[in-house]
Amino acid sequence: MLVARELTKEYQSGGRPLAVLRDVSFDVPQGSFAAIVGPSGSGKTTLLGLLAGLDVPSRGSVRLDGTDLSTLDEDARARLRGERVGFVFQSFQLIPTLTAVENVAVPLELRGERGAARRAAELLERVGLGGRGHHFPAQLSGGEQQRVAVARAFVNRPRVLFADEPTGNLDQATGARIVELLEALNREDGTTLVLVTHDLALAGRAGRVIRLADGVVVSDTPTGAAAAAAAA
Amino acid sequence: MLAALLGLAWRESRTARRRLLLYMSSIALGVAALVAIDSFAGNVSTSVKAQSRALVGGDVQFTARGAFTRGATALLDSLGRAGAQVARTTGFASMGVAPRTGRTRLVQVRAVEAGYPFYGAVTTRPAGRWAALQSGAHALVDPALLVALDVRVGDTLTLGYGRFRIDGTLENVPGDPGIAAVLGPRVYIPSRYLAETQLLVFGSRAQYEAVARFPAGVDAGRWVRQREKGLERLQLRARTVADTERGLTQAVDRLGDFLSVVGLIALLLGGVGVASGVGAFVARKLDTVAVLRCLGATSRQVLLVYVLQAAAMGLLGASLGVALGLALQFAIPRALGDFLPVDVVVRPEPAAIFSGLLVGVWVALVFALRPLLALRRVSPLQAIRRDVDPGAARARGVDWASRVVDVAVGASVLALAVDRTGRWRDGVGMTVGIFGALLVLWLSATAVMALARRAIRAGWPFVVRQGVANLYRPGSQTRAVTLALGFGAFLVSTVYLARGNLLRDLDVRTAAARANVLFFDVQEDQAEGLDSLVRARGYVAPGGGLTPIVTMRVSAVNGRTTAQLLADTARRKAPWPLRREYRSTYRTALGDAERVTAGRFFSGEGSPTGVTELSLEAGVAREMGVALGDTITWDVGGVKVPTRLTSLREVQWARFEPNFFAVFQPAALRPAPKQFVLLARVPDEGAVARLQRDVVGRYPNVASVDLSLVQRTVGAIVERVSLAVRFLGAFCLAMGVPVLFSAVAATRRDRLRDAVLLRTLGATRAQVRRVLLAEYAALGVLGSLAGMALSFGGAWALARFVFRQPFRPDWLAALAVAGLLTVLTVAIGLLTGRDAFRAPPMAAIREG
Repeated sequence: MLVARELTKEYQSGGRPLAVLRDVSFDVPQGSFAAIVGPSGSGKTTLLGLLAGLDVPSRGSVRLDGTDLSTLDEDARARLRGERVGFVFQSFQLIPTLTAVENVAVPLELRGERGAARRAAELLERVGLGGRGHHFPAQLSGGEQQRVAVARAFVNRPRVLFADEPTGNLDQATGARIVELLEALNREDGTTLVLVTHDLALAGRAGRVIRLADGVVVSDTPTGAAAAAAAA
Repeated sequence: MLAALLGLAWRESRTARRRLLLYMSSIALGVAALVAIDSFAGNVSTSVKAQSRALVGGDVQFTARGAFTRGATALLDSLGRAGAQVARTTGFASMGVAPRTGRTRLVQVRAVEAGYPFYGAVTTRPAGRWAALQSGAHALVDPALLVALDVRVGDTLTLGYGRFRIDGTLENVPGDPGIAAVLGPRVYIPSRYLAETQLLVFGSRAQYEAVARFPAGVDAGRWVRQREKGLERLQLRARTVADTERGLTQAVDRLGDFLSVVGLIALLLGGVGVASGVGAFVARKLDTVAVLRCLGATSRQVLLVYVLQAAAMGLLGASLGVALGLALQFAIPRALGDFLPVDVVVRPEPAAIFSGLLVGVWVALVFALRPLLALRRVSPLQAIRRDVDPGAARARGVDWASRVVDVAVGASVLALAVDRTGRWRDGVGMTVGIFGALLVLWLSATAVMALARRAIRAGWPFVVRQGVANLYRPGSQTRAVTLALGFGAFLVSTVYLARGNLLRDLDVRTAAARANVLFFDVQEDQAEGLDSLVRARGYVAPGGGLTPIVTMRVSAVNGRTTAQLLADTARRKAPWPLRREYRSTYRTALGDAERVTAGRFFSGEGSPTGVTELSLEAGVAREMGVALGDTITWDVGGVKVPTRLTSLREVQWARFEPNFFAVFQPAALRPAPKQFVLLARVPDEGAVARLQRDVVGRYPNVASVDLSLVQRTVGAIVERVSLAVRFLGAFCLAMGVPVLFSAVAATRRDRLRDAVLLRTLGATRAQVRRVLLAEYAALGVLGSLAGMALSFGGAWALARFVFRQPFRPDWLAALAVAGLLTVLTVAIGLLTGRDAFRAPPMAAIREG
């Protein structure tokens, strides 16, 4: 469902082009769980931004469910994100002036969907925060805020969910619970999950690891059961 | 969808409402000014319309420049025969004497015929005494006269040779504003006793009026229009009720226009405050907007959410302004009541309220839109990358939306300026002036930033270097604060400079005055006697004594008669210098209150048969259209006196001296019928009272003016005006506070971040505070001085084009205003930045 072809991103630096990503190509099938790993400066976040339609490549293309994102303007990409994409950020990125249930409801409200509050409450229940819906982000712990963010990411039944270092600001135990939550929702709803992380142990839980270094894909290998199935 | 966005806008604004409201309160004061002024003007217009008949006292009011001519009298008599009611009134100044106490006072005598006024009611205390006025030698007086003469109702008051019983005091006389009484208490007497007083002698100045009430069905306006030329020939001026309404409402409208220009500037200054404040608000919302974009919000949805917030707060701010304006509306009549000829009925004016609200919300929105537009281009990448420059996502090419908003701002300013000034030319001029001032301020800020960059020295103390460096660093607030502060300083300083200039001209100069008592209406056969009386007591003013006054009119200029000149449509000069009666004098030396500006003042007596030399006041010569060497022929009691203009003079009319438009060489006028004025210098109040009493006892028709009393009276009026202007100045200053808050708050987060960094690196709180102090002191001085410099231009323009007087800058007042605003800037800067040196660095980092 997610197809990247010869993705290249260049920035101007000192009057010369600086390539942050070079000729990155891969496919991510629907329902799969892929991790993108690499050291700091390898281009992981840039790749995430391109895949999610937050940015446009200098060359190459990204197709999400058959739609070439580079042919859309920013507002069209925003609408597409609202319909098909979910996000979980490292720093949670909850809107501080909205309560937990209001934060979860935002994607539905932006599409003008009815019953947003009810659906949001259901999802908060699913992530174990049914009784905290009326609390503001500042009143929640880091793990709780990330669970709210996860609920928000799933509220619009996205086709693909992008998680950018979702455990980066959490302790190990809490982070593990968040990943379990993501995996569970991935299994139950069939959402494609793309996880960006520098944590190899976390990446190992994915079905496939795409390794980046200096802006290029250095390896793209199945892991765990997927690797075994591939070997067989 | 809209409902959902409204809900999101409301919820998302939770923690920002107070701050947004503070920014929007910048416009509240401007809206308050406009609502108060428009409402008051509306109230006055309504009251004038309702009371206009009472103001005139009849359907038509006739006034003459002198005593009614035979023709005028015949016309008035014919009106009476045709069924109209006519009542004549005569008004003049004279000395009133209380025989019981021996005290005397200059009074305004109004001799009225039966029936006056035909509309409106004169109220007295005890009630109902007006009806009995004509039944005998009665007088109704201002309460102040009882105090001045130490008399009671029932006592006798002598006016010249007439004796009147004081029947009561005046409470309200329609069309006669209370303020007039401060110049001389009013005394109403029946006309038929006027002759008995023998007060109206040769040369006496009096106002001759008549009011007429037409029979039902007669259109007074049409009657006057049909007889316009005839009335002109009879030297009669006729005012109908409609004319009075028009004149009064025009006068109030002009005052309202002037004040509402101040209100408009307040509103625009508020708009600048809104723009700054919303800019600060936008900076705080970038992360939230980036997240919303990630979650699927389009740029239009994002913009709508925050425009709705701005509109709601703008409505609140404007509503606050309306409430304040309504309160002011009720206060204005209390302050101005005595100056108005009508009783103003105060009530809310829906049109003024609605337009104030609409204008306030519009200004708030249009100024808020400019910074809000930047939200459209916030990149969603910012949610995942902290190093994305929020401003990097600028529109490639021309941002048409921003251009449209810029044009909307400019058009709004122009439309408001034209609406407030009432004329396209003035509105355009004002708009150009406003944008010119803003441009000058912007350039000043840019220049100072460049200068600061060059001027900074390594040897300066760290805190000063850091503070000065903040003036030109990226993201500095120099321009925003300079605009807001400088414009506020410009406004406040202009008001104070104009006030000082205006009030200086109203100042009755006593230090330079030769005399403190003036006797006038002195007849030829009384002059010597009065002079001896005053000299015997040693009271003659230095260089003073008797000054002759001869009444005359212009007969011809350079061989053309006044009739020919007035009929000449190509002559673009005002007619009044050719029509008016002149009270001129003759002497061979300049007075102390005048100086020659062209030609040479004559020294000789002149010849009674040749052409007499003449000196004219420069202004009247300009209005008359004459120059040095021209001949002017005067009609002096039927005798033609030719003169040649040999000098022009500038006269200080405010000086307590007998000043004249026309001064002649003596020979030609000595034989003419004349009266005299006499100046005296009397040491104390008691001596003045005794002298006045003795003079009026010997010469009942001779009136006198006590300068110290005039000073006190004028001083009281000037104090009222000064109070109003001081209020205006304080109002302007108050406007600047929320605007300054907004401008300073715009870069609060940057201040906080810098301060946190400094503290993390080892700076103490005191050092951080001093850095802030250095920066805001520099900003305050820069903005205030730039505004002050502009204000000299503004005050000069006001003096030159509005008040038509020379401009004399009051450096002290301007510097005081600049100093106060600098202190205000520093205080606000330290107040808004207090977190930087109060909160621990960790807490501040978390908030950042």
